[in-house]
Amino acid sequence: MHDKTLTELAKALDSGELSSRELTDHYLQRIRQADSTLNSFITVTAEQAQAQADAADQARAKGNAGWLTGLPLALKDIFCTQGVKTSCGSRMLDNFTAPYDATVVEKLKAAGTVSLGKTNMDEFAMGSSNENSYYGPVKNPWDLSAVPGGSSGGSAAAVAAGLAPAALGTDTGGSIRQPAAFCGITGLKPTYGRVSRYGMIAYASSLDQAGPMARSASDCAHLLNVMAGHDVRDSTSVARGVPDYAETLNAPLSGLKIGLPKEYFGDGLDSEVEKAVREAVSVYESMGATVREVSLPHTHYAIPAYYVIAPAEASSNLSRFDGVRFGHRCENPSDLIDLYKRSRAEGFGEEVQRRILIGTHTLSEGFFDAYYTKAQKVRRLIRQDFLDAFEDVDVLMGPASPTPAFDLGAKKDPVSMYLQDIYTIAVNLAGIPGISVPAGFAGGRPIGLQILGTHFAEAQLLNVAHQFQQATDWHTQRPAFVEESA
Amino acid sequence: MQWETVIGLEVHVQLATHSKIFSGASTAFGAEPNSQACAVDLGLPGVLPVLNEQAVAMAVQFGLAVHADIAEVSVFDRKNYFYPDLPKGYQTSQMYHPIVGPGEVEITLDDDTTKRIRIHHAHLEEDAGKSLHEDFHGMTGIDLNRAGTPLLEIVSEPDMRSAKEAAAYLKAIHSIVTYLGISDGNMAEGSMRCDVNVSVRPKGQETFGTRAEIKNVNSFRFVEKAIAFEVERQIELIEDGGTVIQETRLFDPERDETRSMRTKEEANDYRYFPCPDLLPVVLDQAYLDHLRSQLPELPADKRERFQHALGLSAYDAAVLSASRDMAEYFEEVHRVCGDAKQAANWVQGELSGALNRESLSIVDSPVSAVQLGELVQRVLDDTINGKAAKQVFQALWHGEGDSADAVIEAKGLKQVTDTGAIEAMIDQVIADSPAQVAQYRDAEPEKRGKMIGYFVGQVMKASRGTANPQQVNGLLKDKLDALL
Repeated sequence: MHDKTLTELAKALDSGELSSRELTDHYLQRIRQADSTLNSFITVTAEQAQAQADAADQARAKGNAGWLTGLPLALKDIFCTQGVKTSCGSRMLDNFTAPYDATVVEKLKAAGTVSLGKTNMDEFAMGSSNENSYYGPVKNPWDLSAVPGGSSGGSAAAVAAGLAPAALGTDTGGSIRQPAAFCGITGLKPTYGRVSRYGMIAYASSLDQAGPMARSASDCAHLLNVMAGHDVRDSTSVARGVPDYAETLNAPLSGLKIGLPKEYFGDGLDSEVEKAVREAVSVYESMGATVREVSLPHTHYAIPAYYVIAPAEASSNLSRFDGVRFGHRCENPSDLIDLYKRSRAEGFGEEVQRRILIGTHTLSEGFFDAYYTKAQKVRRLIRQDFLDAFEDVDVLMGPASPTPAFDLGAKKDPVSMYLQDIYTIAVNLAGIPGISVPAGFAGGRPIGLQILGTHFAEAQLLNVAHQFQQATDWHTQRPAFVEESA
Repeated sequence: MQWETVIGLEVHVQLATHSKIFSGASTAFGAEPNSQACAVDLGLPGVLPVLNEQAVAMAVQFGLAVHADIAEVSVFDRKNYFYPDLPKGYQTSQMYHPIVGPGEVEITLDDDTTKRIRIHHAHLEEDAGKSLHEDFHGMTGIDLNRAGTPLLEIVSEPDMRSAKEAAAYLKAIHSIVTYLGISDGNMAEGSMRCDVNVSVRPKGQETFGTRAEIKNVNSFRFVEKAIAFEVERQIELIEDGGTVIQETRLFDPERDETRSMRTKEEANDYRYFPCPDLLPVVLDQAYLDHLRSQLPELPADKRERFQHALGLSAYDAAVLSASRDMAEYFEEVHRVCGDAKQAANWVQGELSGALNRESLSIVDSPVSAVQLGELVQRVLDDTINGKAAKQVFQALWHGEGDSADAVIEAKGLKQVTDTGAIEAMIDQVIADSPAQVAQYRDAEPEKRGKMIGYFVGQVMKASRGTANPQQVNGLLKDKLDALL
């Protein structure tokens, strides 16, 4: 049962072969069996899940079932969930129960989905390995000595290990695509503004975007159908019609123009990853696509620009965690300053503190223009690079990450960790959508092919990804851990 | 040495929107603490701001009223600092691209001359909550009802040269925002608050002296007092060989003095940057034209019209146009009675006197503008005399009758103009006052004018105030002189 895609499970529910309650109980059982090893969940909401499953079964019996009704999902612990702890992977919010649902959570509830629980993540979505969680690292089901990627590492590991058929993640600099690549699943970061950010705890507001993580592009399409759309509570969400992303999955790809950014195949790219990506591209050529090399000349400025803009926004976004109204408060503060200092020093982990300090510095008087203003200029150039490229090609393809999943504890210094996101970060700066699909293995660890499109090209990306998954079986492979933990 | 004072004001006007600037919570004053703070106002994790269109429209209306450039694109920035009543750890404001650009306001001084004060800009921002230090046994309570209330901060150029000019400017701003209906202007409830920048320089010197900023001066009177104290302090300091330092000071209304709060060195670095949760505000010409077409007549235009079209004195025109409520009341009285000067006299005389005695504002007047207008009309058409009119006014004030006519009727105050009736009363008074008649007869002719007053009083008394005083005067004189 836990080997099936959402699409297959939806059929089984529809035919009555399976009830949502059975399905939900099965996944709750899987979590009990396997998660003590993986640590992919921070909170499991078993009772709520069973109640939602029963309600879904009743709705189905009355003929009120939609495509997603009764399907269980896992939610990254960055989404506010009413009455359920929402920690954001931080000690700061270890005691925080959200009093409201994020818009995407509300939409998925309304669609009849069942929430299994809240998944582990790098604290406040800051990290590329899920090692920055207050709740401890998550293990990669493909290799328990490897990281699952981050920051949506819990969601990726849970889906890969069959603890949930699909999950929600968020992506600020690669946090959906890189863990999807590391765990051999499909993960989509939509266009900035496509999915409401309301109720999603902000890391870097101008870059954050929620997206689906699942076993196939088709599954992602069905989730995006519900998640996408304008939200009056998020001024940056775009009032633009939402197409049926599932409808165009099978559009033929003949004549598709693929661009390979030469900057994505340079120094630092693992040779096996490169080989897998080039082989994937040749699969498209066999479908009638044409391939050419393109250039995104400002690519190497993306990481420095990101590490100015994202920490700047984060330093301000995380100011509300001051120990006054909610979240961690130090014991016996001697005065207000002591309350602030100790609550924040105790509540935030090292990486979060580092980024707050960087952001506070770059916004300071005398440094603002040199850092923030300059980084915004670079950001515009990076965006223009993509727009120029999309004049000539339909989609861009390249690796999602320079290497497959690395070992837990392997990246000690922050900069080597930051460089992990070299192929994903520019996408957030430009606001365009990107998807990572499984495209092979190196040393038993999955490799992700990243496909990028222009703004609001999600339907095309899902179509292109789905066609690859019709021609290959990388996405259907399962780690041995699934059997071993059953 | 002769000193010149240089003053600039930052006026925070609370906009009269129904809901907050970035959330749907109510802005009503005086509710239970924290009962009007929603998830957005509390700065809960994950919440996002949504700009209130009404606040934008109000800011634009102000800009149009002060002939300012309205920014085609304005941007909200975050002003970052930690304070317990600032829930998000930043205030959303407009630092780099404010919605209202340079404009100007005309102020009227005591000698009825006017002066133009330039406005540097005005920007939208959210208010913070309140820290409550009483009733918490040494702890501090936080009330976030006010958090997120829309403010328009109006920043003047340093164009004022005296405390009086500063107070006149503040009154002019008060008058504009209340005319526009974009604020209730209630200073006691904090709907208008003011920071005052003051410096002094030797007369004739071009460069400005170092300024002190006096925070939260919350009445017209305090503005004058705070400036007076601060100017004296700065001049004394310099004359004693000291230098003024740039600092923020607090006005203590109980002691009429200002005290240092923090110096420039201690000032926060607010780390302003554009708020990524809000889109730039883009306004097109059609929108501005629409708002412009809906602007009411503004105080300066009204004053001008009162003076030149209605023929009021400069003083009357200024007083009657100072507040929209006052102006509307006056115009209604004028519409009903048809005589601007009489209307002005009654509004500023009898009515204002009564209102002041009972500390009522004009909107709470027990006598409506229509009632007063009808009353004035009855004076003008000689139905009643001035004395009776005051009685009618008092009766209306105390609710003894719905209209002037009803009171006149009920109290029998209709003026007696029948010569025969008046003559009969005069004859009776003369017959009853032989001693006074004898005195009158024996007096020097030039003293008789004054002596006639006694007889007028007696006749008026006999008529219970209803006899026409001019007629009484004339007839009395004729009759008394006939006795000579």
